Amino acid sequence: MAHVIAPSDCRQFTGGLAEFDVEADTVRRLISAMEARFPGLGDYVDRRMAIAIDGEIHQDAWSSPIGPDSEIYLIPKIGGG
Amino acid sequence: MSKQHVSTIVNGDPVEFLADPGMTLLDALRDELDLTGSKEGCGSGDCGACSVILDGRLVCSCLVLAPEAEGRRVETIEGLAHGSELHPLQQKFLEHAALQCGFCTPGLLMASKALLDVNPDPTESEARYWLAGNLCRCTGYDKIIRAVMDAAAELRQERV
Amino acid sequence: MSDVLDRPDIGHNAGDDLKVVGTRPIRPDGADKVTGRAAFGADFNMPGQLVGKVLRSPHAHARIVSIDAKKARALPGVKAIVTGADFPNLADEFHEGGEAASNLRDLAMNVMARDKALYDGHAVAAVAATSSAVADEALALITVVYEVLPHVQEVEAAMAQDAPLLHGRMFTEGLEARPDKPSNIAKRNRIARGDLDAGFAAADVIVEGRYTTQAVHQGYIEPHACVASWAADGQCSVWSSSQGQFMVRTYCAKVLGLEISNIRVTPAEIGGGFGGKTTVYLEPLALALSRQSGHPVKMVMTRDEVFRATGPTSGSVMYVRLGAKTDGTITAADVELKYQAGAFPGSPVGAGSMTALACYHIPNFRITGWDVVTNTPKVAAYRAPGAPISAFAVECAVDDLALKLGMDPIALREKNAVRDGMKASYGPTFQNIGYVETLEAIKTSPHYQIPLGPNQGRGVAVGFWFNVGGESTAALHVGEDGTAVVVTGNPDIGGSRASMAMMAAEALGIGVEKVRPIVADTASIGFSMLTGGSRTTFATGMAVVQAAEKVVAELKRRAALIWEVSADHVAWREGVAHCLDPAKTDKPPLSLEAIAAQSARTGGPISAQVSLNAQGAGPGFAAHICDVEIDPETGGVTVLRYTAAQDVGKAIHPAYVEGQIQGGVAQGVGWALNEEYIFDRDGKMENAGFLDYRVPVASDLPMIDAIMVEVPNPRHPFGAKGVGEVPIVPPLAAVANAVRAATGVRMCDLPLSPPKIRAVLDAKEG
Repeated sequence: MAHVIAPSDCRQFTGGLAEFDVEADTVRRLISAMEARFPGLGDYVDRRMAIAIDGEIHQDAWSSPIGPDSEIYLIPKIGGG
Repeated sequence: MSKQHVSTIVNGDPVEFLADPGMTLLDALRDELDLTGSKEGCGSGDCGACSVILDGRLVCSCLVLAPEAEGRRVETIEGLAHGSELHPLQQKFLEHAALQCGFCTPGLLMASKALLDVNPDPTESEARYWLAGNLCRCTGYDKIIRAVMDAAAELRQERV
Repeated sequence: MSDVLDRPDIGHNAGDDLKVVGTRPIRPDGADKVTGRAAFGADFNMPGQLVGKVLRSPHAHARIVSIDAKKARALPGVKAIVTGADFPNLADEFHEGGEAASNLRDLAMNVMARDKALYDGHAVAAVAATSSAVADEALALITVVYEVLPHVQEVEAAMAQDAPLLHGRMFTEGLEARPDKPSNIAKRNRIARGDLDAGFAAADVIVEGRYTTQAVHQGYIEPHACVASWAADGQCSVWSSSQGQFMVRTYCAKVLGLEISNIRVTPAEIGGGFGGKTTVYLEPLALALSRQSGHPVKMVMTRDEVFRATGPTSGSVMYVRLGAKTDGTITAADVELKYQAGAFPGSPVGAGSMTALACYHIPNFRITGWDVVTNTPKVAAYRAPGAPISAFAVECAVDDLALKLGMDPIALREKNAVRDGMKASYGPTFQNIGYVETLEAIKTSPHYQIPLGPNQGRGVAVGFWFNVGGESTAALHVGEDGTAVVVTGNPDIGGSRASMAMMAAEALGIGVEKVRPIVADTASIGFSMLTGGSRTTFATGMAVVQAAEKVVAELKRRAALIWEVSADHVAWREGVAHCLDPAKTDKPPLSLEAIAAQSARTGGPISAQVSLNAQGAGPGFAAHICDVEIDPETGGVTVLRYTAAQDVGKAIHPAYVEGQIQGGVAQGVGWALNEEYIFDRDGKMENAGFLDYRVPVASDLPMIDAIMVEVPNPRHPFGAKGVGEVPIVPPLAAVANAVRAATGVRMCDLPLSPPKIRAVLDAKEG
């Protein structure tokens, strides 16, 4: 199970829950699983957030692999100048 | 008011054009003579991107009215190289990576040439103060000053 | 195409046996740049073009009651006039038009005001005419009736209960409960870890401060400029100075309701951007004017317009409280950031929050960020957006902590430094970072050992930026003579095209002079996210190397065909194919040139294109030292020495990496000492020019020593990390800490301009 940590932005969808486990082996499946469990969250994450998988930041990357014990951090999408 | 006829010498070549009353030398160079190497960064003489040499003197061409060039000699970036042979300043700017976006570069090269024309052996401080009228936002000036000092040294060798 | 590489024979895996990467060849666009031939935004013209100009609000906040352009339309030579009514109303839509999601409706309303002018300089109408003089006359003939409204600019004033509201329906997002009254606060974000109260309770020493910064501008020397043509059949072309031609295409398409394939955007050479050109201001206006007039339209901003009507970065008010044990272990940190967003939401307070404590391993912290709209220009990205601001506050507080503890400032940071395997303050676990190495580099630098004299002070500060990856496309075409062209879609702001050629040459095994890099228009190369976020060398470089590898595979296949051996009997080394078939020992090696010469017979042109979405960009860390001397008479600050150490991963072209570091430092020094937006009581900018908006000049700065620390990022073929943005993060505090050391007084309000320093010195004397 991937362990997901969600920032304050996302807690409006999770009912305040800051951490939870999800079964998913790719980012795309993670998003669908989160959407199924917390309606609105998957869509929000897909559009507005980046996903850090075991420390590495992935942005707009549906096929990025997630391991069975991966630590997933949801962070806002990062821009630059 | 009708346009004014101006005859001048740019980079050694006689040219003529018609100038609107308020036209600056910078506008004339860019729009009438298609010499777009000199740039407009501010239009008020504060950034130096429009630097040219007028009768041997460094000026901001955005502060010179086009008719003031009548009968005078203008040197712009387009005339700095000798045919396809780059001037040592141009060559050193490239070797030292003294440009990043390159927008301030023509003005800086002309200002540097004007410096070395009057002071062939400037100290770092003299170079910095002379070039203080040419803004660069990309480089922090470090490599520019190194390039100018290196070009100065090379030019002094050539003269010897 | 995958972004994960699997090549044992190239790059950092090859153990530094690199021939091109790491050297300093002359940039391929250099000759044009030093001879004035390179074409920037305003250097291009189309036959029959008109001149476009913008009428701008003189009020910081006003309802637009009516716009009467009749007299202007009647003026001979005026060919088109547009106002907000000429643009479609967009729904709230976030779009990936570039590197960060932006609200397109806000962008469209910023490009041309609708019912309200929200800052002095906000565009309310645009005209296209046969000459500059006629256009100016036309602007003067447009009558706009305004109902002037009270304005608010300072961020805490904008947050106050009774503040004038910019947008009537803005309800703060991100709070526990949705507020029942609208305000100017668009959003609150919060990051927290551990137990803040327990953390402070455990502290032996506490420091706190309130810090302010002012809005500053990226200060690119080249004003925005474009030429746009809307043809009779609806096909559009745009020539534009911008950080991303695809971003320009997307935004114009959205703002004007066009199909993507109907706009072709050609990137001009760009005279500086630093984030300020990652959005559009003129292009949609020029296209709309072109459509109406039936002619191409050229628009160039004046310097006054650049300051008043493009996007500076946020001013801020910040509060920092730190607690530590006597041995220097930081036990708690509480940071509150209030950033100006300008006329529409979207300050970089989110990134400012995420980066504020990124260099520190602190078990208990809370970071709160507020995004607040104000009657000032809508902010745009500025080099590591948000990070320099929060770093200023945190690094000053850390410096005060070091002082209170009697600890060396570098030692205090080393004690609390993040290292591989630790969780970042913004969440993920760090890997392959080079932060402590930068601290070590400045600690052992000759600079740090130099003794100081009277009125002199030394300041240290550190900084962090994420760097991004993203979508990039690269194509590599081999010519019949064996030379190659590498094509990408990233405008070259700082010399990146040289690095593209170098990486391609390295991967092909040929000399860099045999590979020419081109930055292509939107129709001639696949999509690429814009140049920014320190992404180009990382992400586009990755695409370039992969394209080169595909070409190498194809070259080997052609050699096999020529020799009539199997493909796995061909090795590629240093630009030459070698036959490994033991049965065919009479085959001399084939150079790239020889294979290319036969390409028609062996299958056709040799070419490859790679599109990818690069992930795993490595974050950047930096540690800086600044020495200053105060002139007690004038309050002027001279920067005596500056050393910047940065983890760059791998310097592809060291001179351009140094250049990024030096340039970022210079901007940071200006931000610390002199730069600020000054508004009068009517909310109009008083210093909208380079005379009074004082950026550093050559005589303000010493040589800037750049120390490049290389801890490779394994995700990039040569180990590169983004380098462009980190350098601007530490200088604000490095300078402020040096001034504190020189004066003995902590000054918390930027810029530290001479009058302020004189006031501090006067107070000391008095």
